Amino acid sequence: MDLKDLYQDIILEHGKNPRNFGKCDGHNHTAKGYNPLCGDQVEIYLKVDKEKNVNEVSFEGSGCAISMASTSIMTELVKGKSLDIAKEIINEFFNMIKSGSEMKTKDLNDDQKIKIMSLSGVKKYPMRVKCATLSWHTLISALDGKNKEVNTEK
Amino acid sequence: MNINNIKSQFPIFLKKINGKPLVYLDSSNSAQKPISVINRLDSFYKNEFSNVGRSIHSLSVNATNKFEETRISVQKFINANSKDEIIFTKNATESINLVASTFGQQNIEKGDEILLTELEHHSNYVPWHYLRENKGAIIKFAPINDEGDIIISEFEKLITKKTKIIAITHLSNVTGTIVPVKEIVDIAHKKNIPVLVDGCQSAPHIKIDVKDLDCDFYAISCHKVYGPTGLGVLYAKKKWLEELPPFIGGGGMINEVKKDKITYAKLPEKYEAGTMPTAEVVAFNESIKFMNMIGMENLIKHEKELTNYALEKLRSINFVRLVGNPKNKAGVISFTINGIHPHDIATILDEDGVAIRAGHHCCQILHEKLNVNATARASFGVYNTKEDVDILCQAIENCRKVFDLK
Repeated sequence: MDLKDLYQDIILEHGKNPRNFGKCDGHNHTAKGYNPLCGDQVEIYLKVDKEKNVNEVSFEGSGCAISMASTSIMTELVKGKSLDIAKEIINEFFNMIKSGSEMKTKDLNDDQKIKIMSLSGVKKYPMRVKCATLSWHTLISALDGKNKEVNTEK
Repeated sequence: MNINNIKSQFPIFLKKINGKPLVYLDSSNSAQKPISVINRLDSFYKNEFSNVGRSIHSLSVNATNKFEETRISVQKFINANSKDEIIFTKNATESINLVASTFGQQNIEKGDEILLTELEHHSNYVPWHYLRENKGAIIKFAPINDEGDIIISEFEKLITKKTKIIAITHLSNVTGTIVPVKEIVDIAHKKNIPVLVDGCQSAPHIKIDVKDLDCDFYAISCHKVYGPTGLGVLYAKKKWLEELPPFIGGGGMINEVKKDKITYAKLPEKYEAGTMPTAEVVAFNESIKFMNMIGMENLIKHEKELTNYALEKLRSINFVRLVGNPKNKAGVISFTINGIHPHDIATILDEDGVAIRAGHHCCQILHEKLNVNATARASFGVYNTKEDVDILCQAIENCRKVFDLK
């Protein structure tokens, strides 16, 4: 195993300078996520319009480089997508983390695919998978508008 | 036994982690096992296995004798008055639950107070919380200062006429603070308040003398004392064990069972219901022999030297921040690195074969007080060496490289 597979430059950069951090204006969907094993927490804010497009997405929280980068990249990729497309991206992300499958969606450009695939190194570190996936599970909860707290251990 | 060669007694150190020799710095979590303990588990199952207690046959008589020999070894190890004051449990968590539950049933009413400290592990808080939920008890936390020491004057102020029990750790699993338990027991006993001591971290690292401490209850976790998992000890003064109701009900803890009436066994069986972890108890005797063979004075001296060496080296790394600086500190060192989360530190260190723990270490109250979400923790056992500390420090330097920190 090479640490650089896990800590790729994109991840370190997003971890240090997370994008879309803070509460976005006019958010109408939110959800909280919590990992009781390490205390990581995240809150996702979405502004979803009547046509079910995610116009704005942002987050607040604290955690390790993997979780901060994963959340930061996620917000960039979901912004401007419809609810259905966002869910497709989420599913592909989970498959990539679990089984290493490629991101095939046509709704991300090559640059965006490179970004999201920088997180694929996590699959070699089973103890760190939850760091990468917590915010994505939380995003599902926010998209569904159920306002239910996501807990990695429940 | 030469303490410098002690690693050779622990087969785990033959193993390579990510191609590197194992540098095990997670003994506060659980200690590695000497070969004598592993062999004893093996030989007991191969040649001597039987349940203890009731059976008449030879194997059972032998197993019972071996089981009871460990009880006497534990009694001597902590200098208890009687072997009847030594109760085997599943773990130290169960030991504390036993006291909280039985003492609570009998002595806690709505509005009564339980005094803990901000240093406590969740296992010395959650069992008391049940009494808050079920009985309306009030839990107070005695404050610590920035160094991680309990402020005794503040502690005293929190004792009221309503205080029914005090439960304190002997050694913090985060800051390494060695708590002045004897002083606290003196204060408490002047007001007739019993004291439970969580001895999970102290038992492997400092000399325990329950007669000298005069505490009412003392909880020990055997797997931290180089022993098997699934085993804990509760020491309690005999008067408490006689006075308090039983905890878990079942076989082995009864005297006579009728359709309308049950009487309970004498001590210590009253508190040991069901089949106990027999092999583990028998093997734990080898852990105590191992500790005695090294000698507590030698062990303390070795770990003190190691801790001082590590503190000095870590303080010289300018991007490492040590958490807490107690007056009397054992070999537990928690730290943070600005710009690198403890989980990332732990992953990077693991690549170099260095096993540490990262997170809140089951002490969320303490982390909140110290104003950190999580810390990285290196904790020592008898097998650690200065070379381990050197490798730890190199691995910490590597964190900065991986994260490209200036």
